[in-house]
Amino acid sequence: MLSRVADSLYWMSRYLERAENTARQVDVTMSLMLDTAGASAESRWRRLVAALGDPKGLDWNGDLDQMAQTLVFDSLDPASVTYAVNAARENARQVREEISTEQWQRLNRLYHQIHAPRTAARSDSNISDMLVTIIDGIHLFKGVTDTTMIHGQGWHFIRLGRYLERAYATATLLEVFQPNLFQAPGREDFGYQYLEQVGLLRCCTAFEAYCQVYTADLTPDRILEFLLLNRDFPHAIRYSVDGIRQAVTSIQRTGARRPPDELTAGIGRLHAMLDYTSIGEILAGDSARFLHNIRAQCLHIHELIYSYYIHYSIQSALAV
Amino acid sequence: MSPGHPAEVETLFGDYPLDRAFDEMRESGGDLRPHYRALAETLARLPQDELLRRKQSAELSFLTQGITFTVYGREEGTERIFPYDLLPRLITAQEWNHIERGLTQRITALNLFLRDIYSDAKILSDHVIPRELVYSCKHYRRQMRGLQVPRNVYIAVVGSDLLRMDNGDFVVLEDNLRVPSGVSYMLANRRVMKRTFPQLFQSYGVRPIEHYPQLLLSTLRSLAPEGRPEPNIVLLTPGVFNSAYYEHTYLARQMGIDLVEGRDLVTHDNIVYMRTTDGLKRVDVIYRRVDDDFSDPLVFRGDSSLGCAGLFNAYRAGNVTVTNAFGTGLADDKALYAYVPRIIRYYLDEDAILPNVETFLLTEEKDRQHVLGNLDKLVVKAVGESGGYGMLIGPHSTARQREEFAHQIEANPRNYIAQPTLDFSRAPCLIGNHLEPRHVDLRPYILFGDKVNIVPGGLTRVALEKGSLVVNSSQGGGSKDTWVLESQ
Repeated sequence: MLSRVADSLYWMSRYLERAENTARQVDVTMSLMLDTAGASAESRWRRLVAALGDPKGLDWNGDLDQMAQTLVFDSLDPASVTYAVNAARENARQVREEISTEQWQRLNRLYHQIHAPRTAARSDSNISDMLVTIIDGIHLFKGVTDTTMIHGQGWHFIRLGRYLERAYATATLLEVFQPNLFQAPGREDFGYQYLEQVGLLRCCTAFEAYCQVYTADLTPDRILEFLLLNRDFPHAIRYSVDGIRQAVTSIQRTGARRPPDELTAGIGRLHAMLDYTSIGEILAGDSARFLHNIRAQCLHIHELIYSYYIHYSIQSALAV
Repeated sequence: MSPGHPAEVETLFGDYPLDRAFDEMRESGGDLRPHYRALAETLARLPQDELLRRKQSAELSFLTQGITFTVYGREEGTERIFPYDLLPRLITAQEWNHIERGLTQRITALNLFLRDIYSDAKILSDHVIPRELVYSCKHYRRQMRGLQVPRNVYIAVVGSDLLRMDNGDFVVLEDNLRVPSGVSYMLANRRVMKRTFPQLFQSYGVRPIEHYPQLLLSTLRSLAPEGRPEPNIVLLTPGVFNSAYYEHTYLARQMGIDLVEGRDLVTHDNIVYMRTTDGLKRVDVIYRRVDDDFSDPLVFRGDSSLGCAGLFNAYRAGNVTVTNAFGTGLADDKALYAYVPRIIRYYLDEDAILPNVETFLLTEEKDRQHVLGNLDKLVVKAVGESGGYGMLIGPHSTARQREEFAHQIEANPRNYIAQPTLDFSRAPCLIGNHLEPRHVDLRPYILFGDKVNIVPGGLTRVALEKGSLVVNSSQGGGSKDTWVLESQ
């Protein structure tokens, strides 16, 4: 397939994953802020911004409603949900002949829902409703993607984008949250600590899944273990890395060229790191560094894929 | 209306006006033309709201399919649906045979003309056409001189605009030999029409057009360079901001070929490749929807980023077919248009089957004086423009507009031509909840590979504003499905 098309499908998928992730984190943070005693609104906001990768221009200014508006609706702010949805649609539009009509219509509808003029003044309940609409829309899009698109190379690039973005975002989230997680709560703070932990899990839609595995008994090390190392939960990092590996293997299988050892090795290394490490070892060592390392390896894999499939040099391609 | 029609048909027409212009559905006395009778009776039998309901459901179908075009000169990226009229335009088998023969003759001659101009230019040495007229055309491409194009086909994809005059004869208004568009609307109209009036369609015996993409593909394949039995065919689009982008994606999908942009292509040793995830893949045939000027920055406009550097040299070397060829705009120049009957006579020794519209060349002193004295009666067109831009319609113009055009004509007479204001035919359209006549033209799509192939019908464009003569989609035009009937 054309490199440009692969590129657009990959980014369409990454942007939608990013929109979903941002939408869910904003939703969770705003609901945590309702319990004011646990932590100040400002510290929660800062943590949210840090978990989104520290985008510029989102410093706390005291007006939560206005700031949340920006983070959801400001189509000029690259960190916003709307920006990500716009970018996904623009990418889809450029490869309109590659995706199914159902996919296009689904994404188009989501776009129009976000951009429909809102008559009432935007209140926080409006934001919350819109976030639900957006997340629903993206879930539906993923559904029609899997059921209506041919599962060829293009589909694997979509999956690659989804899981790479997810692994990276979850690692960022955990890196930001984990120092708080291990602060021993005072007696009266216990309820708030619980809310925080549920919040973290809900950022990854993981609360119910966690309960099925560990019961509602929340402990920091189990939460980390679940979000990092669970092999069956789709939002866990290990599952996502598995997804990356499968997507790249399938892309290689449908192509005629032998993939570079560097790419195979890079993905294998990350995969093995998560396969052969226990949560005890991670916590005994420098867990922040461990998470940071995952992000660095994700970036590296992205670059290798780019230099091999998308932006390869003409000379090296002619030399084959 | 004369007696003999059921009362319902009378009601449907109301005060449908008839005058000098040819009406597609009714004879000058008011009687229905025989082939329109079944259509009128079907419409008349439908309950009041049913027509409107079908119209709405047809429009919704266009919307959800995203069949839109982009309007230039307004807010960037304004997407609009191409307005669609519910009533088909009917063409009898006999009329179509005539049109088909006429177009085949015309396109064959124009192709021979292009071949001649870009090789020996005999037609110029024989003084059939003034040399200056050819060499001053802004679409003449000197780079094409002496270049052998595959099968000697310069114009593989053509859309000619026909009008029907008050005596019922079809005439050619212009030929589009560069990158004609609109064929996707023709196909979409048919698809929607079959769903809207299935029984009526069935009862009429309409010749099919749905195989157009397949015909296009085999035309492109027939033009592949020698020694490439499994050619890699692509459609080159300027990209998502082009007004016809929907059509490009649609045709690529229907043909099962890759839709490429200039940035996907690279040339090396005069071979064109596209960048794929599997490395570079050789390209053999390019169906080009990018204008000459933007196709290769090394040969044409250097500031274009839509094309591919080195494309022309690869083309020259015979390693890739680009179609339509470069420089074909010469033969649809509006001033050269006046010479087409002479071109047909020169190369084929035949009279033109489809006549031209009378055309005044403003480079000729006598014509110019006549035109300047009668600007209020004539239509003046800039020769290099299309899409209904750069046009003065005399009877609908203001004194100031006429003065402006007079100045421009004096300054650059080669840039303009004039034609009488044409009272071309009208067809019934559903306006509100009753029928009103609107002016229509016809753009058949002609493919030229092994031989000339024309799918029966084409796009009937409608000037939806009352009294308007401009059918272009950018200027408030719409379209109709066109039914060419099987011979009885």
